[in-house]
Amino acid sequence: MSMNPQGRPTAPIETDPVKNGPTHTGNKALQIEEKLIFEIGDFHGTGVDFAQPKGLSPRLGGLARKDAIGLPGLSEPQAMRHYVRLSQKNYAIDMGPFPLGSCTMKHNPRLNEKMARLAGFADIHPLQPVSTVQGALELIDILAMWLKEITGMPAVAMSPKAGAHGELCGMMAIKAALKARGEADARRRVLAPESSHGTNPATAAQCGFTVDDIPADKTGRVDIKAFKAMLGPDVAAIMVTNPNTGGLFERDIKEMADLVHEAGGYFYCDGANLNAIMGKVKPGDLGIDAMHINLHKTFSTPHGGGGPGAGPTVLSEALAAYAPVPYVVARGKEFELVEKRSQGAETSFGRMTAFHGQMGMFVRALSFMMSHGIDGLKQAAEDAVLNANYVLARLQAEMSPAFPGFCMHEALFDDAFLKGTGVETIDFAKAMIDEGYHPMTMYFPLIVHGAMLIEPTESESKEELDQFCDALLALAREAKAGKADKFKAAPVLAPRRRLDETAAARKPVLRWMPPAQ
Amino acid sequence: MRYLPLNPSDRAEMQNVIGIDSIDDLFADVPKEALNPVFDLPNHQSEMAVERALGEMAQKNVSGGQGPFFVGAGAYRHHVPAVVDHIIQRSEFLTSYTPYQPEIAQGTLQYLFEFQTQVAALTGMDVANASMYDGSTACAEAALMARRVTRKNRVVISGGLHPHYASVTRCNSELIGDEVVLTPANIKGDEDLIAMIDDQTSCVIVQNPDVFGHIRDLTPIAEAAHEKGALLIAVFTEAVCLGALQSPGAMGADIVVGEGQSIGNSLNFGGPYVGLFATRQKFIRHMPGRLCGQTKDAEGKRGFVLTLSTREQHIRRDKATSNICTNSGLCALAFTIHMSLLGEKGLRTMAALSHEAACDAADALSALPGVELLNDNFFNEFTLRLPNNAEQVVEDLAGKGVLGGVPGGRLWPEQDDLHNLLLVAATEMTRTEHIRKFVTALREVL
Ligand SMILES: Cc1ncc(COP(=O)(O)O)c(C=O)c1O
Repeated sequence: MSMNPQGRPTAPIETDPVKNGPTHTGNKALQIEEKLIFEIGDFHGTGVDFAQPKGLSPRLGGLARKDAIGLPGLSEPQAMRHYVRLSQKNYAIDMGPFPLGSCTMKHNPRLNEKMARLAGFADIHPLQPVSTVQGALELIDILAMWLKEITGMPAVAMSPKAGAHGELCGMMAIKAALKARGEADARRRVLAPESSHGTNPATAAQCGFTVDDIPADKTGRVDIKAFKAMLGPDVAAIMVTNPNTGGLFERDIKEMADLVHEAGGYFYCDGANLNAIMGKVKPGDLGIDAMHINLHKTFSTPHGGGGPGAGPTVLSEALAAYAPVPYVVARGKEFELVEKRSQGAETSFGRMTAFHGQMGMFVRALSFMMSHGIDGLKQAAEDAVLNANYVLARLQAEMSPAFPGFCMHEALFDDAFLKGTGVETIDFAKAMIDEGYHPMTMYFPLIVHGAMLIEPTESESKEELDQFCDALLALAREAKAGKADKFKAAPVLAPRRRLDETAAARKPVLRWMPPAQ
Repeated sequence: MRYLPLNPSDRAEMQNVIGIDSIDDLFADVPKEALNPVFDLPNHQSEMAVERALGEMAQKNVSGGQGPFFVGAGAYRHHVPAVVDHIIQRSEFLTSYTPYQPEIAQGTLQYLFEFQTQVAALTGMDVANASMYDGSTACAEAALMARRVTRKNRVVISGGLHPHYASVTRCNSELIGDEVVLTPANIKGDEDLIAMIDDQTSCVIVQNPDVFGHIRDLTPIAEAAHEKGALLIAVFTEAVCLGALQSPGAMGADIVVGEGQSIGNSLNFGGPYVGLFATRQKFIRHMPGRLCGQTKDAEGKRGFVLTLSTREQHIRRDKATSNICTNSGLCALAFTIHMSLLGEKGLRTMAALSHEAACDAADALSALPGVELLNDNFFNEFTLRLPNNAEQVVEDLAGKGVLGGVPGGRLWPEQDDLHNLLLVAATEMTRTEHIRKFVTALREVL
C-alpha cells in the first residue's frame, strides 16, 4: 500500500463491498433515503415570511375555517434538500436515453424554458384586456400558422390541454358535424385499430360512441379488407394513428380516408407520432379530418414527470366551423380573441377549458420550431427514423422484430427471442435499469406478444445508440444463456427494488395519515 | 443544427448498417406524391435570433408586475418563492416521463403522494388524485364521475359557477347524454339550488366562493342532495381560499374540484395550470386520473407506485373512467413545493393578507360615487356594479396602467344586464398604493 507522509492511504484497499452489508443509514453514497415532508416538517412552522396581517375583522360570512388543515411548513434549506434528494431518485432524458416508444422523449432545449419565463408570457392573465396581450395573441397565431402548414390543414383548435384532450376536441367536432347533418343518432360507431392507444377508445366512449376494433394484418398495419367490411351507415368516424403504434406507416391511409368518407364518416388521425413525418409528409395530403399534435412530444415541451402537455388539434374544412372557443383571429395588424358566438363562432361546439390553452407550452413549442426551421424539422424527422432503424438493424442479431422490414421512428420487438428462457419482457426491462437505461415501452401495442417499443428520437448520438445496443444485445445473450435469476431479481442497483403493485391496489394507501395517538 | 447530434458521416455509416442508399428508402410506405412537399416556412435560426423575435412579442404585452393588478376570475397573481421554479427546472423532474418504471421514478412518485396528501388535507377530503389539466376540466370530470356513481343523468349547475367552467362541464356532460340544468347567473348568491335537486339528479355543482365572490354555506345543499341520492360537487377557482374558509369536506361535499394555479404557478396566460380533484374513500374506484399509492419493494422498503390503473385508459380502454393520460405533473410539483414551504401557518397568513387587501380595495372602490359593492361577504374577490359598461372602463383603466379586474361582458357576453359588473381580485401582492392608484384611475374614467 502506498502512503503519503502523514500515513494516510492514497490508493484504494481491495475489499468485497457486498460482504459489508447495508449501510447504517440505508443511504448509498449519493443516494440518500428521504422521508415524507409530513415526517420532517414542523406543523406549526413556515418557510415563507410574510408581513403581519392587520387583524381586520374578517368578512367571511361566518364561514371561516374552524378545523386545522394539518400541513407542515419547511424552512427553505429543508425544502431544498428534500426535493433535491427526491429528484436524485428519478431517471431523466438529460441523464441518458429514454427510449419510451410512443412518448417521443427528445431533448428539451433550455432556450424554450427561458422564453416561457419572460414576464410578457408568464406574468399575463388570460382575462386581461385584449389590447394588453397583443404579443401573446400574435404568438398563438404564429404557432397556429406553423402547425397548419406542417400538417397541411386549414384550421387548428389551440385550446386542448394534452393529446387525449385534443382527441376529445376532434371527436366533439365530429359529433357536432354529424348533428348538423342530422345523423348524430344514426352514426354511433367508431372504428379504431386493435393497436390504438388507450386514449382513442376512451375518448370515443366519452363522446357516447361505441368502439369496434379493426384487426391488424400480418405486416402490423390496418387490415384493409376487414376495415372495408366494417364500414357502414352507422359509422361516425375512424381513429387511426399514423405512423401507427407499431412504428409503421399505414400504406393504405389514402384509401382508408376515401373509404370512410364515401361511407359518410370522418377520419380522426392520432398525431402522437408526428415526429416521424414532420417536414416529410403533410397529413392533410392524406385525407384526414382531424388530428391532435402533442406539443410535449413532437415539439419538445418537457414531459415534467407526467405533464403538462398541449394538444392543439388541426381540423379539415368539414370540421373547422365547429371548433371550440376561444380562438385567435388576425385582423390586419391586430389580433382578436373570439370568445363568444356572436363574434362569428355561431356553430362552435363550445369550450374545452376555462381559458385559451397551454400558453407556456405554446411559447416553448414555437421556440423549438423557429430554432429548427422547416429544414431542421425535416432533418430531425429523418434522424429520428434513421436512429430507430439503426437500433432495429443492430438489435435484430439477438432480439426479435415484431414485423419484417423497416420502421419509422420507433422499433417494435416481441418476446419471441426470450421464449424458453424464463425471462419475460418486464424482466428484460428491469435489467435495463441496472445497466443505466430507462426501459422501452412494455406491453404496448397490444397486437404483439410481450411488446417492447423502442423510440430513440433524433436526440441520440450514434455513440449513445451503440452503447445502448451493445447493452441490450449483451442482456439478450445473457437471457438466452440461462441467467433468468438475474433478470427476475432486477433491478438491484436502483433506489428501489421491484415494488409490490398488487399490494398497492388491494389495500390502497393514497395519502399520508398522522400516526394514531 | 444545434439540437441534432448526428453528423453527415454518422448518417452515412448508419445508412450502411441499415442497408439503404438514401434516407427516403425508409419512407417507402409514404404515397409518392405526398413525400417531401413544399412548405412555406422559414429555415433554422440561431438561439440569439429566436430569443430576439420571441422577446419582441413578449414586450408587446402588459405583464402583471408593471403596475396595479386586480384581475382574477379563475387565475390569481400570488407570490411564488424562488425555490419553486428552481426545483421544477431540475432535469430529473423537468425531463422525466410519467412514472411507469417506479424503481427509477421514486422522486416523482413521492412528490405525487405528498401532493395528494396536501390536496386531501386542504379540501377536507379522504383522497385526491395526481392532478387534472385544470380546474375547469376537473369540474367536467367530476360531473361524469357523479353519473357513474349515482347512475343518474341530470346535472344541476349553480348560477355562481364560473361560466367557463359551466361551459366546459356542459359540453362534456351533454355529449354523453346527460341533461344539464344551467341556472342563470346569480349575482346575489341567493339562488334556491335545493329546489332544483330531484330524484334524477346525479350532482349539483356549486362554486365557493362563487364567481361573484359570495361565500356560500354548502352544508344545507349537501344535505338536500344526499337526501335525493345526488352528489355535491364543490368547486373553487382560488386554492388560497382553503386557508381561510371552512373546507368543502367539512360542509359535506362528495367531490371537490378546483384550480390549483394560485399556489406555486404563474398566470401563464391561462395555462398550464393544475386541476385538483378530491373525493371520499368510498368513491376511489370511480375517480378519473392517476393515483399514486404507497407500497413496499422486494426488500421491504417503503416505496410508491401508480395504482388502481384498472380505472385508466391504458388498461380499460373504452371502459375507462376518463380518457386523461398526460396530466399536470410539473405544475403539481410546483404546487407541492410552494405548499411545503407555506405549511398551514403560511397559507393561513397568505389567505388573511389576501382577504385584507380585498377588504381595503372593496371599501376604497365602493366609496366612489355610483360604484356599488354587491357582496356582503367575500374572500379575495368581489363584484362592483358600475354606472356604465365595465368593458370600456377596464379598457380605459388599462390606458392608465391599471389592470382593473374582469368585466361582466367578458364572462357573460350574451347577458347585457351583467355588463356593468366588474370582478375585482386582490392578493398578498396587492399594495396599498396600488389600491390608491386604482381608485384614482377609476374616478377619472367613470
Ligand atoms: C399514440 C398516442 N395517442 C395518444 C396519446 C395521448 O396523449 P396525451 O398523453 O398527451 O394525452 C399518446 C400519449 O401517451 C400516445 O402515445
